[in-house]
Amino acid sequence: MEAVDAARWQFAIVTVYHFIFVPLTIGLSPLVAIMQTAWLVTGKAHWLRLTKFFGKLLLVNFAIGVATGIVQEFQFGMNWSEYSRFVGDIFGAPLAIEGLAAFFIESTFLGLWIFGWDRLPRKIHLACIWLVAIATNVSAFFILAANSWMQHPVGAIFNPETGRAELDDFGAVLLNNTLWAAFTHTVATALLVGGTFVTGVAGWLMVREVRAGRIDLARAVYRPAALLGLVTIAVSGAGVAVSGDWQAKLMFEQQPMKMAAAEGLCETQTGAGFSILTVGDLSNSCEGVIHLIEVPGLTSYLATGDFAGQVAGVPELQQQMEERYGEVDEQGEPVNYSPNLALTYWSFRLMIGFAAGSALLAVAALWLLRKKGSVTDNRWFAKLCLIAIPMPFLAASFGWIFTETGRQPWVVVPNPTGVDMVRMLTSDGVSSSVGIAEVITSLTVFTLLYGVLAVVWVKLMTRYASHGAPEVEPPPEVDDENAESDRPLSFAY
Amino acid sequence: MLIAVLWTGYLVLEGFDFGVGMLLRPLSKNDTERRLVINTIGPVWDGNEVWLLVAGGATFAAFPEWYATMFSGFYLPLLLILVALIIRAVAFEYRGKIDDDTWRNRWDWGITFGSWVPAVLWGVAFANLVRGVEIDADHQMTSSFVDLLSPYALLGGATTALLFLTHGAIFLSLKTDGEFRHRARALATRLAIVSAAVGATFVVWTQLAYSDKAWTWAAVGLAALGVVGAWRAIQAGREGWAFLASALAVLAAVVLIFGSLYPNVMPAINDPANSLTIVNAAATPKTLTIMTWVAGFLTPLVLAYQGWTYWVFRKRLTAERIPAAIGLPLRAEQPSASDR
Repeated sequence: MEAVDAARWQFAIVTVYHFIFVPLTIGLSPLVAIMQTAWLVTGKAHWLRLTKFFGKLLLVNFAIGVATGIVQEFQFGMNWSEYSRFVGDIFGAPLAIEGLAAFFIESTFLGLWIFGWDRLPRKIHLACIWLVAIATNVSAFFILAANSWMQHPVGAIFNPETGRAELDDFGAVLLNNTLWAAFTHTVATALLVGGTFVTGVAGWLMVREVRAGRIDLARAVYRPAALLGLVTIAVSGAGVAVSGDWQAKLMFEQQPMKMAAAEGLCETQTGAGFSILTVGDLSNSCEGVIHLIEVPGLTSYLATGDFAGQVAGVPELQQQMEERYGEVDEQGEPVNYSPNLALTYWSFRLMIGFAAGSALLAVAALWLLRKKGSVTDNRWFAKLCLIAIPMPFLAASFGWIFTETGRQPWVVVPNPTGVDMVRMLTSDGVSSSVGIAEVITSLTVFTLLYGVLAVVWVKLMTRYASHGAPEVEPPPEVDDENAESDRPLSFAY
Repeated sequence: MLIAVLWTGYLVLEGFDFGVGMLLRPLSKNDTERRLVINTIGPVWDGNEVWLLVAGGATFAAFPEWYATMFSGFYLPLLLILVALIIRAVAFEYRGKIDDDTWRNRWDWGITFGSWVPAVLWGVAFANLVRGVEIDADHQMTSSFVDLLSPYALLGGATTALLFLTHGAIFLSLKTDGEFRHRARALATRLAIVSAAVGATFVVWTQLAYSDKAWTWAAVGLAALGVVGAWRAIQAGREGWAFLASALAVLAAVVLIFGSLYPNVMPAINDPANSLTIVNAAATPKTLTIMTWVAGFLTPLVLAYQGWTYWVFRKRLTAERIPAAIGLPLRAEQPSASDR
């Protein structure tokens, strides 16, 4: 193993770990904001109860999301310093703006929301959670601006004197079509995660309460929550599909190798089918790849919008790239321009497959709760709720694994219609001053630490979710006089 | 300049957070008092920590070369700091979630560890920046971890730790009332004397050995004024003034560090030609212009709403105002019809 492999493993582990918690935060915070708004507008106590219940789960999740995010901000410099030097002029700006425009708002106003139940007037307190919900999305936008630039660099020139990519047009970086497709897809996915989480938890609790004979509780509290989650799943599910299709079409133009790898496409075809099951040794070469089940023409349609469109295969693309970017790297080794075929092929399919878990839950819930005021005691539905909750998380992870491993061997993928010199191989981006021992140390430390924290997180989340939504007292109305009172704090760590 | 402002913001604000975290166990007698300590920074610690993320991001944007060299060079210290910050962040949020003494105790150690390690290591890291490290012609830092532990750097670590302890103790006496406030005040008085002695050695050493500018004597003077002023004010029971004074001391120390560095950002002790300066480590004018506009517009806004947060939670805390623990028991009881 070389330092670059260890550094790749480390980045993958900490990023996948971070992205377990991120979509739940992005998806759940607007739902909590909606619940609190519903409470203020309708005055119905069950919305307050749900706000506090899901708010608590949001906080347990938010804490670990923040903690794992800290590492990300410094990892580029620690392990990928050559990459940081090359792209810093462009890549650093969205990162810094993310901090200034989003992290400050999130952290400050979440603090106000947690501790401000009896300190702030109700409308201002509500505005705090909405600001948090908006800021999580602003943060996603800027970090995706940075990532999308790696996938499809725009607005950059190459300075031969310094050997660096330099910013030419910041507007172009923010208007990158890859960014807008990725942003839509990511936010829709996050809402799918949040919606599935709410429906899953509320649906499971509903069945439990009905079976315990507390039908009124199930009807009054958990049914509205399940329905809110259901609407979220429906809307975001459509968003995921549409934005996914949009992304695939961009990918076909901008990163044809990723597209070909995703489909295990070994020869250039017209009317290429979408393979559902493939056997053979996908990891090294195309030899022995057999597509067992295919939907005819679907890949061509996804890529080009035409069932008979032409899609290039891996060997042809390898040849094209060798001609354009050279056959050997800086060390004189031949470059394989295709990613790991098995990984990209399967992560693409698992992403789509796991997202279907949410759809299954939505259909079942829709059917069981179709009548006004109905609740269910269906055991199978309770089981489905528990199984469905992790599925969109897995789909989100596999989606990112596909996106990121599909761009290998590049860390900055050359833009076919951009500046050719704005490109970088992953092996050239790793820190040259950091030894393998140091990387292995940090890899081990982070993996162990994150492992322990993940166990704690699962334990706390299940503990609080299975406890159910306790009855709550409405917070006192706050005005200037009683803001100064000496009563106990409404919340203390 | 902006980077210095962000680092100042981070160290002034996190300074008392670290101090509060370090004092969590020694200063409190029981769980209610521990919760009192934590809740003085409860609503604000997360916002304070973001200053670090933004300082890191801004360094990346404005000085990519510096960002790359510094963070790959200070690899192991940074790893330790990150681990500490992760544990600390989770500990604040999770300690009250389960009503169990062992559970709470473990997280309290997490807060203690997570506050001490960065408080010392940031000082070591900044002292090394001032002192200079070995940098080769390709701007790779070649100093090893052991090289970073010179007497001067260790003194830097001791200085930040003591300064933050004092800053934290003063903050606690400012934010609490009753018997606890007096205890915090008594401790702050003692800490101020020690940190004045250690801090004075460090700033004078810095000025004499590493600053070639006369004006940085002003920063040395301000730092001295800050610590001594904090000591006098806390003795007189003027906690607000004491807090401003200790904040001034932290600020002056950061100004001294950046002032003596200027125009370098990372001097090379092996060959001055290899030093990173604000010229050869900077991004292009275009990026710097954009970042200046964004920061110039957003930073005052951040200061305004963070200031407002401190105003909202301005009231002093007492142990009596800490509500009963609401964490769930460690294991779920069998749900029965009567308990809900």
